[in-house]
Amino acid sequence: MLAATSILKSPAFLALALGLAVAGCAKKDKLPDNSGQLGLNNGVGNGSGGAPDGSQQQFTTEIGDRVFFETDSSTLTPQARQVLTGQAQWLIRYPQHPITIEGHADERGTREYNLALGARRAAATRDFLASQGVPRNRIRTISFGKERPVEVCNDISCWSKNRRARTALSAPQG
Amino acid sequence: MFSIIQRFFISLLVVFAFVSTANARIEFDITKGNVEPLPVAIMDFQGDEVAQNISAVIASNLRNSGLFKITDKAAFIQKSLGVGNPPKFEDWRVINVQALANGAVSRLGDGRLRVDYRLWDVFAADEVFPGKRIEIEEKFWRRAAHIISDKIYEGLTGEKGYFDTRVVFVDESGPKNKRVKRLAIMDQDGANVRTLTRGSDLVLTPRFSPTRQEITYMSFEGGQPRVYLLQIETGQREVVGNFPGMTFSPRFSPDGQRIVMSLQQDGNANIYSLDLRSRSTTRLTSGAAIDTAPSYAPDGSRLVFESDRGGRQQLYVMSANGGEPRRISFGNGRYSTPVWSPRGDLIAFTKQSGGQFLIGVMKPDGKGERILAEGFHNEGPTWAPNGRVLMFFRETPGAQGGPKLYSVDITGRNERRVNTPSFASDPAWSPLLD
Repeated sequence: MLAATSILKSPAFLALALGLAVAGCAKKDKLPDNSGQLGLNNGVGNGSGGAPDGSQQQFTTEIGDRVFFETDSSTLTPQARQVLTGQAQWLIRYPQHPITIEGHADERGTREYNLALGARRAAATRDFLASQGVPRNRIRTISFGKERPVEVCNDISCWSKNRRARTALSAPQG
Repeated sequence: MFSIIQRFFISLLVVFAFVSTANARIEFDITKGNVEPLPVAIMDFQGDEVAQNISAVIASNLRNSGLFKITDKAAFIQKSLGVGNPPKFEDWRVINVQALANGAVSRLGDGRLRVDYRLWDVFAADEVFPGKRIEIEEKFWRRAAHIISDKIYEGLTGEKGYFDTRVVFVDESGPKNKRVKRLAIMDQDGANVRTLTRGSDLVLTPRFSPTRQEITYMSFEGGQPRVYLLQIETGQREVVGNFPGMTFSPRFSPDGQRIVMSLQQDGNANIYSLDLRSRSTTRLTSGAAIDTAPSYAPDGSRLVFESDRGGRQQLYVMSANGGEPRRISFGNGRYSTPVWSPRGDLIAFTKQSGGQFLIGVMKPDGKGERILAEGFHNEGPTWAPNGRVLMFFRETPGAQGGPKLYSVDITGRNERRVNTPSFASDPAWSPLLD
């Protein structure tokens, strides 16, 4: 029973199930596969994970759409740089997506300052992606300050998940 | 010579002087927080139900100010008093009422209300001011009550009142991770709430014009966060300025002719002002820092704002034309959201210290810091137009938590909840309506 539960909840199983679910309707990606030219080396976008190549879903589940920050900081951590390096490779491979980077802050700051802090985080994220070859003019940034938390509990672990920059594959929204 | 509230306080001090050998220093300033509430009687105004409602709102306003103790009607010896006659002062002295208000409401031929009212100094056996009259449409009966409350407050304290005012705020509804935020406006006592935006766009930091029924605020409409100007009565709305980035944290100049705000470019926020007539913009700060929350001194000559240029948020004062800012906050913690008092004597702020968010005031030179409200999260003070009362929001933690509005007087006394229909943040007080 325990084993069955853990298998059902395992990422591999979920990815397989999702892959089966979308396989029937996923359109074949028409873009040329230039992964060799770009030196992609980790199987990004080869469909092995189940999400359609080049899809928002693939970006979110296989690459990771967000990075996290220390309190009151917009410095990219080594972990964040690693995620963003993967994002850059994927974004270069799939240039059809408009990119909006949303900067966010946790609730332990004042409203106006957090708007600027979120903007700083978005700008740092954009600058890193640009340094990795994503055209700067393809990237828009927006800050939501502390207004859009994803975690709503009241402790440090939740606040740390809200201090984030999310790379969204769409135009900015209010 | 002295206002009634000062005289009352002096009389208390005289009693104190007899029982103490200390050098009692007479202190007239109602800001010091050592004033006993003045016992005041508000007789039911004569007339129909609306007359009773008006007197009830007056009593509520005066009680909420914390400066007055409203004497229970059951203790009255003189039960009724026509507006044309003086009271039996002895009947009021016996129950220690210091001041007495009475009035009468009648209807004019065109359906408007006529409200006559009087204010009596019981121990001087005289009128505080000659009888006054208001004529107003019946649907505005609450305004009549607020205007009368202001006159009574002024008559008894020597200070302008703040009851005939409104508050604009951000009405917040829905779960914490999907909050819907709307601009809303209400009377200062929480009555007559009306929403001004539909909730489809995120809106923040509304601020009242000091001279007109206008609000400046920030909206994320169209995925482009920037500062707007809204005419309250017509609903007409416009973008303020044409800036190449997010504009936020707007505030009017004291003459209502300029809006000062932050412009975000890359990682930095700098302060700009925009002339609403010429539409010309002036850059007031520069450099790699977050400069935000600008607020003018009441004479328009200087600005206070917050900046992290020194490493973390602190308060700075500079000329309204820009120039070198001078840091004024040096306490232990970070300081933000400064707001200059309409009287000019104090700057209110949010302070983060020891894991708490506090509301405090300091003088414009940074001296005399006093904390007025403490706790997990207090933020965003706004001044009543007489500079005696602050409103702010207090957020409770956790998934079910949210912000609510509170007021406190500048002595730190008389903290009270301001009722709103749902969660509420970012209050901004209007000037006196008149």
